[in-house]
Amino acid sequence: MPVSVTNSKLIYDALKECDIRLVSALPETWLVHLIRSADDDPDMILVRLAKEEEGIGISAGAHFAGVKSAMLMQNHGFLASINGIVSFAHLYKIPLLMLISYRGSLGERDPWQTQGGHVTEPVLRTLRIPYFFLDTLDTVKKRIRQAQTLAESSLQPVALLLTRDLMWEE
Amino acid sequence: MLRLDCLRSVYPELENCLVVTIMGAVAAELQSLGHRPNFFYLQHAMGLASSTGLALALCLPEQTVIVFDGDGSLLMNLGSLSTMARYRPGKLIHIVFDNESLLSVGGFPTATSTGTDLEGIARASGIPRMTTVRSVEGFKAAVSEAMQSNELTTIIAKVEAKGPAAYVTDLTLLENRFQFRRHIQSLKR
Repeated sequence: MPVSVTNSKLIYDALKECDIRLVSALPETWLVHLIRSADDDPDMILVRLAKEEEGIGISAGAHFAGVKSAMLMQNHGFLASINGIVSFAHLYKIPLLMLISYRGSLGERDPWQTQGGHVTEPVLRTLRIPYFFLDTLDTVKKRIRQAQTLAESSLQPVALLLTRDLMWEE
Repeated sequence: MLRLDCLRSVYPELENCLVVTIMGAVAAELQSLGHRPNFFYLQHAMGLASSTGLALALCLPEQTVIVFDGDGSLLMNLGSLSTMARYRPGKLIHIVFDNESLLSVGGFPTATSTGTDLEGIARASGIPRMTTVRSVEGFKAAVSEAMQSNELTTIIAKVEAKGPAAYVTDLTLLENRFQFRRHIQSLKR
């Protein structure tokens, strides 16, 4: 499977440097190495979800507990989380660091991913969620740190779109 | 059995717990008994109260966490039962007030009125302890046993579809949220 192990590790290490101590996740191809890293890390609380929207409640509870968290999800999982984002994270000013694998964009071969790819950025904009791309090795650490900082200071969701350029080796 | 009487029967025990409720009647009735800084009322996002309680219990394993859920909310997020069961924090108590109704929007019957068995779903999801109670005495005893069991427990409390006269209280959502977090941080000092 040509998901980049090296770049996944870079992302995971950057999360650790931000003192992320809880990760919620629902597996998807691009996220497998990130989830395995969290699973292998005895200092990380990994919460495997049935549906991504649960992760909004998980991150809120972690925030109340004083624990920094991150969410690993596919863009379709983001789409499945919208009411939680609006009716919990936005309504109650909950910081969310959402790492979203950006399927269905340039280079996508799976037809079933393409419709979600078309609407991901418009929906993020409509929800007024600041979003940035993780696309090159040299900016990964900085962008993750900056996104986490912004989520905490603004008390709102911030999204990082994990791109094919970073996650996929072919 | 009235939900308000159930809440009243365990109210003193809630003092040293972290409490998360769903929206609507549960939130209004608990507030009518007296708000405390360790109570958080999730006044929307139906289904996510149990997820919030799960994270609190995982991050703060020494704390007893009580979630007051409802049949309508739980039916929107049945996957939460499987997620809670997967991690089964011992000091998480998941209480579901089942009035078989979406009461606050006019009393439309939920699927528990036509045979859906939430205790059965909890059991099949892997929740280690569960019970259904139909009396206030039974409710109080079940909560007390859950507190002593040190095992994740789901309690289905069958209650009448009766709620408070008003649902909106003078506690604003953000005030509640910031107070709740500050309270938890104060426990760590």
